[in-house]
Amino acid sequence: MEALEDGVLDGNAIGGLLIELFGTEMTTAVGVCGSCGTVGQVAEMAVYQAKMGTVARCRVCDNVLMVFVEIRGITCVDLRGLASLS
Amino acid sequence: MAGTAVRGRLTWVTATVDAMMDETAHVRTLVLSVPGWGGHQAGQHLDIRLTGDDGYRAERSYSIASAPGEPVAITVERLDDGEVSPYLTQDVQLGDEIEVRGPIGGYFVWEPVLDGDAPLLLAAGGSGVVPLRAMLRHRMQLGSSVPVRLLYSVRSLAEVIYRSELDEASDGVAVIYTLTRQQPPGWTGYARRVDQQMMAEVAWPVAREPLAYVCGPTNFVEAVAGDLVALGYPPQRVKTERFGATGTP
Repeated sequence: MEALEDGVLDGNAIGGLLIELFGTEMTTAVGVCGSCGTVGQVAEMAVYQAKMGTVARCRVCDNVLMVFVEIRGITCVDLRGLASLS
Repeated sequence: MAGTAVRGRLTWVTATVDAMMDETAHVRTLVLSVPGWGGHQAGQHLDIRLTGDDGYRAERSYSIASAPGEPVAITVERLDDGEVSPYLTQDVQLGDEIEVRGPIGGYFVWEPVLDGDAPLLLAAGGSGVVPLRAMLRHRMQLGSSVPVRLLYSVRSLAEVIYRSELDEASDGVAVIYTLTRQQPPGWTGYARRVDQQMMAEVAWPVAREPLAYVCGPTNFVEAVAGDLVALGYPPQRVKTERFGATGTP
């Protein structure tokens, strides 16, 4: 597992967004990376926040796990990088 | 769906600033009155949203500084080029209204009942001390005898947040500072960035099955968590919370 660069956040930072989207606390939810199979809690994912949106990546293989983009007040969610989230 | 209240769903509410305390020259604690606040756990955070006159919105997350059951408080460090922190640390007045969403987070929380008597190793980089302070207050409130070591990496004594409270730390709590930039004359404590040697000296032995909480800027958290795992701490016993680059503690 590579050390994260300064400025990169973790899944704690998207706890509020995830509650808004899923209706429940999600930082302790367990995600499985669809690329390398790493199992980890959402709080442990690497999170990159930018004006255009938020990306969560696998800490081990850097695979994009989740993408959140807000367009005209609607948040589009892409979870295709996850094999599962529970 | 706007305006629809869904049960159990987290929504933005308007909080009022009830009290303010300066902690250091750049750091201020705000006590908030939040309608409908359902209580929080030590280590959780909340989101704050400010809306400008032109409709531009900025959101930030702040750790909750108070123990469960105490009034909601956040402690904010002013970043001179920030969009939100200059307002919260300089411009805000008592009685002002702020949009708040919370409490948030279930990972970086200390749950005394579940976590039992495991000794706590708390490691803070700069304002990363805020959620750890909530844990210390919670411990005190419970009359808990769980032994705690707090390693606090900070540039100078003048930048120590909650200093008088930490100086009065109760039995079973050891506060260890490392002053990374400036040390007072005669300082005999640590005076460097956290490294594995320091962690080996400060951290509870693995055999005591400690639980570690590490909060600070990303590079601090990466260094401390990496050192703890190298010392044999199981990764799942090292809880981490990173915040954006705000300068180096």
